[in-house]
Amino acid sequence: MATVLKPVDVCIVGLGWSGSIMARELTKAGLSVVALERGADRTPAEDFVFPYIRDELKVRVRNGLMLDTATETLSMRNAASELALPMRKWEVFSLGDNVGGAGSHWNGITWRFTPSEFVLRSHLEERYGKNAIPADMTIQDWGVNYDDLEPHYDRFEKLCGTSGKAGNIKGKIMEGGNPFEGARSDEYPNKPLIMSQAGLMMTKAARELGLHPFPTPASNSSTPYTNPEGCQIGGCQYCGHCEYFGCEANAKASPNICLHPVLFNDAKFERRTLSYVSNLKFDSASRRIRSVVYVDRRTGAEYEQPAELVILCAYPFNNVLLMRLAGVGKPYDPATGEGVIGKNYCYQTNSNVAAFVDEEINPFIGTGVSPAVVDDYQGDNFDHGGLGFFGGGYIAPGVSGGRPIQVRNTPPGTPRWGSAWKEATAKWYNHWFPLSVHGTSYANRGNYLDLDPTYRDAIGRPLVRMTFNYPENDRKMSVFMTNKANDIAKAMGAKTTVPVPRTSNFGASNGAASHHTGGVIMGKDPKTSALNRYLQSWDCDNLFVMGGAAFPQNAGHNPTGTIGALAYWSAKAIVEQYLKSPGALVKA
Amino acid sequence: MADSAIPRRGFLKGAGLAGAALATNEAQAQAPAATTTVAKSPPAPEALLTLTATEAAFLSAAYDTFIPADALSPSGTDCGLVVFWDRELAGAFGYGQGLYRDGPHAQGKPEQGYQLPLTPRAYFAAGIKAANAYAKKTRGKEFDRLAPADRDAMLHEMDAGKAEFDGMNAKMFFEALYSSAMEGFFSDPIHGGNRGLASWKMVGYPGLPATYARTAEEYRGKKVDLKPRSIQDFI
Repeated sequence: MATVLKPVDVCIVGLGWSGSIMARELTKAGLSVVALERGADRTPAEDFVFPYIRDELKVRVRNGLMLDTATETLSMRNAASELALPMRKWEVFSLGDNVGGAGSHWNGITWRFTPSEFVLRSHLEERYGKNAIPADMTIQDWGVNYDDLEPHYDRFEKLCGTSGKAGNIKGKIMEGGNPFEGARSDEYPNKPLIMSQAGLMMTKAARELGLHPFPTPASNSSTPYTNPEGCQIGGCQYCGHCEYFGCEANAKASPNICLHPVLFNDAKFERRTLSYVSNLKFDSASRRIRSVVYVDRRTGAEYEQPAELVILCAYPFNNVLLMRLAGVGKPYDPATGEGVIGKNYCYQTNSNVAAFVDEEINPFIGTGVSPAVVDDYQGDNFDHGGLGFFGGGYIAPGVSGGRPIQVRNTPPGTPRWGSAWKEATAKWYNHWFPLSVHGTSYANRGNYLDLDPTYRDAIGRPLVRMTFNYPENDRKMSVFMTNKANDIAKAMGAKTTVPVPRTSNFGASNGAASHHTGGVIMGKDPKTSALNRYLQSWDCDNLFVMGGAAFPQNAGHNPTGTIGALAYWSAKAIVEQYLKSPGALVKA
Repeated sequence: MADSAIPRRGFLKGAGLAGAALATNEAQAQAPAATTTVAKSPPAPEALLTLTATEAAFLSAAYDTFIPADALSPSGTDCGLVVFWDRELAGAFGYGQGLYRDGPHAQGKPEQGYQLPLTPRAYFAAGIKAANAYAKKTRGKEFDRLAPADRDAMLHEMDAGKAEFDGMNAKMFFEALYSSAMEGFFSDPIHGGNRGLASWKMVGYPGLPATYARTAEEYRGKKVDLKPRSIQDFI
């Protein structure tokens, strides 16, 4: 029997970016907040320490900062007709845990989604006609617009000390920034990072092709910075150990350095680590979650935490799992297209072109971000008439470190081993880099998340079952985009280019990003979405669900900027509207 | 086969001298001690944590085929790769940390990734056994007793998916074997491989401290000649 604990105002599940932002905003509003985190505590001072954090084998190859699949994983199949099997180890992607979540070991690439992405279905119907969107492409509008989120993007960038160059301030196009971005209220808080050799080369080539390159917005601070919370952020050291690693210089924004120093000193806040949420007690008659049930992993003891307000800030898979276990919202059925929980799972359609060049690249001098980028082929920034697909992405040199177990390449035709391989590896290590395409993943009726009927995790919950393959639309997009990247690679003067578009099945052999969205999506209509525009459940008034799970489909930009903005947007609605009148913020 | 009955001993006589040590053993067997080519006594053999002598001999032969001694680096074995993989297999990784092992186990399709119930330790035991059986069947000797050109040819068959192992996917085992070599060759030497920072010197990777805030612009586009340093150099 679970021990019932003293009620609190707010119970937050998951202490990554969303959970930390929510906890900060709600404690500031005077509420008592408990956060339950499945992982252990994590602090840069203990866990991201030089020289040990510079260990490619331990941290990157053995997934040192990632969730242990023996504790929890997913099952996966490409189509509903197949038998899903557990992802026994991280191959195609890896998921994080612990305090700070993925926010402690991300790259720091901090985008705003293009305004048209938030109204994707209505935008494409208006531009290309109602019949242009394929029947199985289940894209939707978000119910929230770019202009609604703009102040919250701005807050998140200032929290993170994001380095970049604005391309559009209050409607005025700014030289050197992204001319395709939505209007910003302000410049980035920090100037761009030092451009790398690969970034200079791509910038020059892209300009020659008539494109509009600019420095990639990065939450790797270009200079020491104090954020509005009073937290100190260091200057980036260009160490080349960013993604998958924690930052020893405190220069990469994370919940751990941008919020936890103030949050953890707030008497209204309590964090409980190694606390695995097993269920939510949902009272459908009153449309309320009564309590959150969790297991203390140190003892195996079960606790029940009553709360007035419950905010799911776990990774998308766990948000879906908890909605299903609690029975909130109708499960999605791909056969009928009805139901919402698990619907519109999307990934990221990435590809690349290996470019072999004469110049000295020095890939080991790197930040978490691709140094320069073009957004001309993002989303619907270009005319899709007659192309046979929708979507796009950005193109950027994928140079964020030269860690030699994984960041090596040789031109086609080189043997895989022996003296000839060694010679080619020595010759080309410093003379190649990938031009990466980071592409949209548009929702498809057959791609969804539900509960696996067979496999369970360490606390006995069913594994989330992922049914996903790259839709035809996204494969066509990937071919188009990879060709565009190849054009840039050739314009850079690359002697040899190797384009690899995403045309094979999703799966273990072709890993890309760990960007997962959908499953508990926001929208305008309770029939087609799980959350209203404030990320409040349509079916349960005191339940809010954050993070990538709420995206109706995934844009070609990295998701974290939008995850941060949505958390601030939702927190504002809770503080200014919900607390005054607890109930549905949008009438169904 | 007379030579397969000879126990595998002393193949690992310490970094940088394994080849010389083997030559010495052979010389000692055939000639009076006074004619041995190495004046100093050979270094003590390195203790293994989990690998059997047969497994270590197999890995040594494979790693030296992948990474032969030449002007660019010593051989895989001399770079410590067998010691590296022995430590990996003997530790948490080798015994299944980070591996979901609940059944039922089904083969699945390649997209679904690794689906065997075996830990890396058990997988390498089975893989090496199957590879040696294949070597014996196709070439009459276990893998490490083959001539270098035959070892190379057999690894090519495995890589190309042309080798048939009894009960095991030879291509999949090849990829695991190849990864272990790359990890050992290119990882920080604190893990037992990449001795003398051989691979980092070979490609020009400077290793640590990797703090370039003040030099990122100065070094941009230039060949930088920095002496590589390991984690060990900073503790």
